[in-house]
Amino acid sequence: MTALFYIAAVVAVIATVLVVTRSNLVHALLYLVVSLFAVAVVFYTLGAPFVAALEVIVYAGAIMMLFLFAVMLLDVRAEAPLRVPRRAWLGPLVLVAVLVVELIYALTLNDSSLRGVEVGPQQVSASLFGPYVLGVELASMLLLAALIGARHVAGQPDDGGGEADHGGGPADDASDQEAGA
Amino acid sequence: MASVPYSYGLLLAAVLFGIGFAGLLVRRNLIVVLACIEIMLNAAGLAFVVAGARWGRPDGQVMFLFVLAMAAAEVAVGLAIAIRFRQTLRSLDVDDADEMRG
Repeated sequence: MTALFYIAAVVAVIATVLVVTRSNLVHALLYLVVSLFAVAVVFYTLGAPFVAALEVIVYAGAIMMLFLFAVMLLDVRAEAPLRVPRRAWLGPLVLVAVLVVELIYALTLNDSSLRGVEVGPQQVSASLFGPYVLGVELASMLLLAALIGARHVAGQPDDGGGEADHGGGPADDASDQEAGA
Repeated sequence: MASVPYSYGLLLAAVLFGIGFAGLLVRRNLIVVLACIEIMLNAAGLAFVVAGARWGRPDGQVMFLFVLAMAAAEVAVGLAIAIRFRQTLRSLDVDDADEMRG
């Protein structure tokens, strides 16, 4: 498992350097996904499979999807073409192939003695909803605040966004109720 | 049991944080700046998980979950600011936002 850690660490560093150095925005985001995957493999080798899964689901899934939506909404085609040329896929593909081979090796081996002290999802959940339950509540409030803040900042182009919302709100509610009925 | 020396995990976290910080200082595209902040938060979370694995306790992973929630909140607000930035300044260059320069 130590070799797996070192290979994943090298992949993470290479991918992160490429995130910073690519001039093309879409290429940089591609390498960012690879970097997050590599860190997920590092988590797995450190005996934290739950966090490794969350890294893939939340970081590489949800947060990168947010970046993708922002790139689409911002219409950055003038600076960086959204269609990625085939040659640009080569670097991320090679790095991800290394990670996939590593993961397949680790999963087929399935020797828990090779791993460090594994702290599974059960212990994490017991701790999360035991002594840290106040933190969970605070995180939920933070996420709600971020949701409202993002809606307020990016909602309407004009400053009279509040009034425009009141105008559009009831109509939207009515159409939703009709759709529900 | 040949497990990884935990100082190497912390070293990896430090290297990733340094790369993210260098990118934050060097790059001028707002989206890439946000991506660099993500890299730095991820490196901080990695340090938490390494420390948790060192003692075999779940606390490090719990802290990583909180870092994850904070990163999601940060990137949502940051990208909303990026959209508004683009609408008002017609660019994504952070150096264009110099109206408050004294």
